[in-house]
Amino acid sequence: MRDHEDQAKTGPGFNRRDFLKGSGAAMAATALVTQDQEAVAADEAKGVVPAKAVNITLKVNGKDVTLKLEPRTTLLDALRDHLNLTGCKDVCDTTNCGACTVMIDGKATYACARLAIEVQGKAIQTVESLRQGEHCDAVIDGFVKHDAMQCGFCTPGFVVATRAFLNKNPNASLEEIQKGLGGNLCRCGTYAGITACALELAKKGGA
Amino acid sequence: MAERKVSWGPRDSHTLIGKEVPRLDGVEKASGFAKYTYDVNPEGTLIAKLLTFKGGRAKVARLNLEAAKKVPGVRAVHAFRNVGDEVGWDGELVAAVAADTADIAEDGVRAIEVTYEALPHFVDEDDLEGATKAPPIKEGTPRTKDNVDRTVGEPDAKMKEADVVVHEGYYGIVTISHMCLEPHGSHAAWTSGGEGPKVVVHHSTQAVSTTGGQFAQGLGLEATDVRIICNYVGGGFGSKFAADEWGVAAAKMAKDAGRPVRLMLDRATELKTPGTRPSGFGKVTIAANKKTGKVVAWKSHHWGTSGPQGGTIDGNQMPYVFDFADKSVKATGIATDCGPNRAWRAPNHPQLCVITDAAMTDMAAKIGMDPVDFYKNNLDQLDRIAKERADVYRAELDRAAELMEWKKHFHPHGKGGDGPVKRGLGVAIHRWGGRAGKSSCTVKVHPDGGAEVFLGSQDLGTGTRTVIGQVLAETLGLPISKVKVNIGSNAYPVANPSGGSITVGGVSGPVRRAAQNAAWQIMDKVAEKHKVAADSLVLKDEKVWSEGKEVCTWSAACRLIGPTPLEVAGEGPVDDGLTSGDVSGVQMADVSVDTETGIIRINKILAVQDCGTIINPMTAKSQIYGALIMGIAYALSEERIMDNKTGRYINADLEHYKLPRIGDIGELVVDLFEPDSEYNRGVVGLGEPPVISTGAAIANAVANATGVRVPVLPMTPKRVLDALKGAQA
Repeated sequence: MRDHEDQAKTGPGFNRRDFLKGSGAAMAATALVTQDQEAVAADEAKGVVPAKAVNITLKVNGKDVTLKLEPRTTLLDALRDHLNLTGCKDVCDTTNCGACTVMIDGKATYACARLAIEVQGKAIQTVESLRQGEHCDAVIDGFVKHDAMQCGFCTPGFVVATRAFLNKNPNASLEEIQKGLGGNLCRCGTYAGITACALELAKKGGA
Repeated sequence: MAERKVSWGPRDSHTLIGKEVPRLDGVEKASGFAKYTYDVNPEGTLIAKLLTFKGGRAKVARLNLEAAKKVPGVRAVHAFRNVGDEVGWDGELVAAVAADTADIAEDGVRAIEVTYEALPHFVDEDDLEGATKAPPIKEGTPRTKDNVDRTVGEPDAKMKEADVVVHEGYYGIVTISHMCLEPHGSHAAWTSGGEGPKVVVHHSTQAVSTTGGQFAQGLGLEATDVRIICNYVGGGFGSKFAADEWGVAAAKMAKDAGRPVRLMLDRATELKTPGTRPSGFGKVTIAANKKTGKVVAWKSHHWGTSGPQGGTIDGNQMPYVFDFADKSVKATGIATDCGPNRAWRAPNHPQLCVITDAAMTDMAAKIGMDPVDFYKNNLDQLDRIAKERADVYRAELDRAAELMEWKKHFHPHGKGGDGPVKRGLGVAIHRWGGRAGKSSCTVKVHPDGGAEVFLGSQDLGTGTRTVIGQVLAETLGLPISKVKVNIGSNAYPVANPSGGSITVGGVSGPVRRAAQNAAWQIMDKVAEKHKVAADSLVLKDEKVWSEGKEVCTWSAACRLIGPTPLEVAGEGPVDDGLTSGDVSGVQMADVSVDTETGIIRINKILAVQDCGTIINPMTAKSQIYGALIMGIAYALSEERIMDNKTGRYINADLEHYKLPRIGDIGELVVDLFEPDSEYNRGVVGLGEPPVISTGAAIANAVANATGVRVPVLPMTPKRVLDALKGAQA
């Protein structure tokens, strides 16, 4: 089983030799250090440093914005921390939950899975673009009508996923909705309302 | 004038209470404009990342933070543990680094030099025997402790009586995590001084009114120095009542750096550290008279863990909902080197229900009785809380059986079809308290007719904000768009922390009392001016009415208040009938089990649930839908998996911590049980009860389908196949 956390966080501070100095019980802990971790540690030992921040221009909700970002900055961090577009949420950071879903050239995409630098020139659409003042996209209105939310933290990601899905599948069936929205996770359990909303819109051609 | 009494009034008199009012913050949430703690990002905010311990138990041998401080862009570093301290479970916090960006903070964490001296650990929560032999956490304190060990009556003798059939079973449920989508965390910003608070903390919390004091204590401040703000919280489920050491650390680093700091737990730490639900595994011996269909005796011994402190589920409530005159119960806590527990939606109850209701259903099967008939037949043996509601359980069992077409579809255990996919039905029942919490509020009516309410409550997504608005608007005869609900700050009157399903009663009572009081004061002024009897006046449709005739508009009435707003305080709970306690509930599940793959599919789950007076049936139903889905999660897929060798929580990410997705839930049917007897008893909390019996109902349906009990939840394909294989052996 991969351990994302270890890949991301375990560096030279985690010293295999020192750890294993402990008692017999720790001998079993060899499994703690994976090849990936050793590779990370080896890289850092060579003094790998992040590349300097560069100008990155993103087309977000129809406007070009230029940010000075390290090349390793994800689209998610760029949107949330640098553009204050916090509708996309940072939940799993490993492309499992869909809370960070945005549309890139119309396609539902996990913003945590893309670097900002690689989506320059593409049309990035966040959930905020689906509301202009009092006027909301039918998906937002439908989520409210069917109470397709509780804590609301997964909700914007689901809204974007639903919008993108219905754009491509305006007359989707229940089965297609269940498959098409299977890339997003909710913890409070709002699937019944989301399904009802998507089904109702699909019966009206998705708008 | 007749004596004025606060009440909810006749149920057919309402325009908002009891109606499906869309939640007030629905658009804000769905459009991404709602700002959660994780979204608070004023200019200059530093982002903090954590170094956590990864292993079973160890002593910090070396910890050098200097290298982290040298990373360009790192602005503050905090040590949670020091050299010589023990770290007792995978995920325990060691240090934090605050930096200009998240990536730089992670660079800083990687630069920290830390080594550990490993200590022996024990993390196998189901291995009672192993626990007795494992080296203790603290010298001289065994890892196992009998928390309950008592016998009432003569269970052994009862089990030997004529016509008595005895069933022995083993049942259990593993530890799970709260797994809030918005992780625990805070954003702390120090102010420039003056008379206001010294530090403003946006805190993802279920306890807006009470966490400020905890921050103050950790920071050496007075409680009034700390402002807590939480307008939206992305899940809590019982795990977000504290300031927490990482919250205090965020504030300390903010002070050190002279800039605001936001510290949210990363996903792995969110799963490991801020709480889990205790496990319970147990052997049950239950006996019933095959002629009368009555349970005659119960014996159980269960064990499990709540983490380093021992624990397991509460033996004093075993068996669950039912109680038997002749019983013996033993509960043994195991201290493990696993993350500690926190209250998890309906603490103890789902686990108690899983064990009790599995044994009840297996007992019914053994004497050849339909479990619904068996439950009804034993409603004279409910525990001291549930027995007050025996008639409600009977009515709800009948209602559920009718909606599920139980008699038509039910078959004896193991008769779920000839093909590899077997279908079956299961039932389980639950109870909960949900009595109103202690809260206060201030209702303010402005001379221009505007009305608002202030209270230090919070909306976990349960719909609290909307319910408060409904009560205020209904009481003043206004549309809900004309009232303002102010919650989410400890600057407002103290409201109860949202745990125990005490919030809807906790907030609706004080708001109704204060708003009614304000209405009466305004009516008195209207009566005086328009020479009508004050007790003839009614507020509706933004007008004041007397015996069906309009007296004046609401705004004209409010001009009589004078130049300053009318302010009325509300308190609760008060014994005036607005709120009550104790709910019942019945759930049924229809499942299909693929005996070749071990995969269980939910066809349908039905919940029949009471909760007294229902203020908003739509948000109430949402609570129940959500609870059923959480029930499906802990019944079928979610579990904390500990590695015995390394002591690590090895599935602490959303790829391997399995939760149901939108296509995994089948058909969910929610039936709000609200006859006049329920409406008339007042508001009772609902958040927790519907999550309790879902797991047991699903497990019983699987047993009914296959004729084989899958003993431990979650019933993953492997556990299903193992059980089927075991039954063949």
